[in-house]
Amino acid sequence: MTSAIPRTGAWCAGLALAAAVAAPVAAQEQAAYARNLAANCFACHGTDGRSVDGVPPSIAGQNKDYMLQVMKDFKANKRPATVMGQQARGYTDEQLELIAGYFAGMKAGSADPAPSARGGN
Amino acid sequence: MTVTRREFVKWMAASTGAAAVAGCAGMGGSSGGRVVVIGGGFGGATAARYLKLWAPDTDVTVIERNETFVSCPMSNLVLGGNTQIGNITLSYDGLRKRGVNIVRDEAVAVDAGARQVRLASGKTLSYDRLIVSPGIDFIYDQIPGLKSADAQERVLHAWKAGPQTVALRKQLEAMPDGGVFVFHIPMAPYRCPPGPYERVCQVADYFKKAKPKSKIIVLDANPDIVSKKGLFLAAWNGMYKGMIDYRPNSELADVDVKAMTVKLTFDSVKGDVLNVVPPHSAGNIARQAGLITANQRWCGVDWRTMESVAVKGVHVLADATLSAPAMPKSGSMANQQAKVCAAAVIALLKGEPVVAQPVMMNTCYSFVDGRSAVHVASVHQYDAEQKMTIAVKGAGGLSDKASELEGTYAWGWARNMWGDALG
Repeated sequence: MTSAIPRTGAWCAGLALAAAVAAPVAAQEQAAYARNLAANCFACHGTDGRSVDGVPPSIAGQNKDYMLQVMKDFKANKRPATVMGQQARGYTDEQLELIAGYFAGMKAGSADPAPSARGGN
Repeated sequence: MTVTRREFVKWMAASTGAAAVAGCAGMGGSSGGRVVVIGGGFGGATAARYLKLWAPDTDVTVIERNETFVSCPMSNLVLGGNTQIGNITLSYDGLRKRGVNIVRDEAVAVDAGARQVRLASGKTLSYDRLIVSPGIDFIYDQIPGLKSADAQERVLHAWKAGPQTVALRKQLEAMPDGGVFVFHIPMAPYRCPPGPYERVCQVADYFKKAKPKSKIIVLDANPDIVSKKGLFLAAWNGMYKGMIDYRPNSELADVDVKAMTVKLTFDSVKGDVLNVVPPHSAGNIARQAGLITANQRWCGVDWRTMESVAVKGVHVLADATLSAPAMPKSGSMANQQAKVCAAAVIALLKGEPVVAQPVMMNTCYSFVDGRSAVHVASVHQYDAEQKMTIAVKGAGGLSDKASELEGTYAWGWARNMWGDALG
């Protein structure tokens, strides 16, 4: 099935696609890719960047340029960290930009914690 | 999901041929397709939640045999008396509120041809795509002394958090001061690489406070400490000095429950409390479903979609998979695989292309005492040429040293992973 739809792989390498049909596909796929990459961060920072207890910090609604710079600083070891530098170095700058863009587009707000089996949270 | 999107997909299909919508054939009553998930652990619960978050019109059913979710991460702290089982026991009500059907039952058979799952209750569920996240089952074939249910109740694994965790804590509490705790670690790969060594720290932390004359003998089948070696040794040679006798290359031959003895190839070790983690394989349903492709234990998958390499339309998650190089079997990894899988399943059901280069990340915290933790991290990028997910060189790593700051992060990590699965 995937062979029938124009398979890009190209958009993630940042190449422009010539076909007229490619523009909406690329945009749609890019948005899905940004969401999927950002979802990696949810494990520690909460779904969509809304952290259950605020530790590690919530990152939903963070300014895109600021977050991208922070990530690049983590990557370059210019900003002290326990784990963030080690994680940031696993991503390309293009991937980090997609991630920063995703969180910038999220509204800050309260998280949905897992309900306790005893009732309450 | 929107009209525009639907029309666009239809238009795409028309312009590229009928094959583009082949994935939609056989869809059930729900417009978004029917997905059945076997297992409500970190993998299955997170996948179910994200199917609903990212494609609310998907009909999602989770089959889970337990009433509640008990987290393996943080469960060693229960053994150390540093948290209570209630603090790590969570409800499926959050998923129910999101419209996920939680069926308390057990999957006993998969008919991939008919796209059906048969349950222990006799019920049958139909699916368009099946996600199998069964965790692990233990292999007792090579441990004759542990084959009976009675023996398994006396010599615990406590490697699935829940009643066994509580029971092992009770055994430790009942042990007299001056007693010996004997702990066997199976050959890798096993669930949670740093977990055994964290357990040693937690038991040592408890003994130090409550039973200072007691000893721990670690019988590790592996040739060395598998994960976070320097960080664990710092604790063992520091705050727990003289308490821990670590014996590598300790291959298990059998267990004599009556004599409370662990038998090795050339040696026998007696203890007051024995804790034996048997070797494991993908959960039994994976075997029945024909998903096991490696060493008669693990399920090979396509890392772009988590779809089985053996059975079409069936995806496998987490500890049950044949791990990619340097990829641990962990709750954190399950979280990541679940979201890659959910995104791919949604795309496949809609006849859209899947993401070509998924990335997954692992972060695992271990507590060395009641408050201080250490981490291990790695990032795994899909490599199209190798058709494999590869750990990025230069990324990932370990803590410099144990700290209370990382202990705080560890609790935040656990609560956010729980929320990401069940919130």
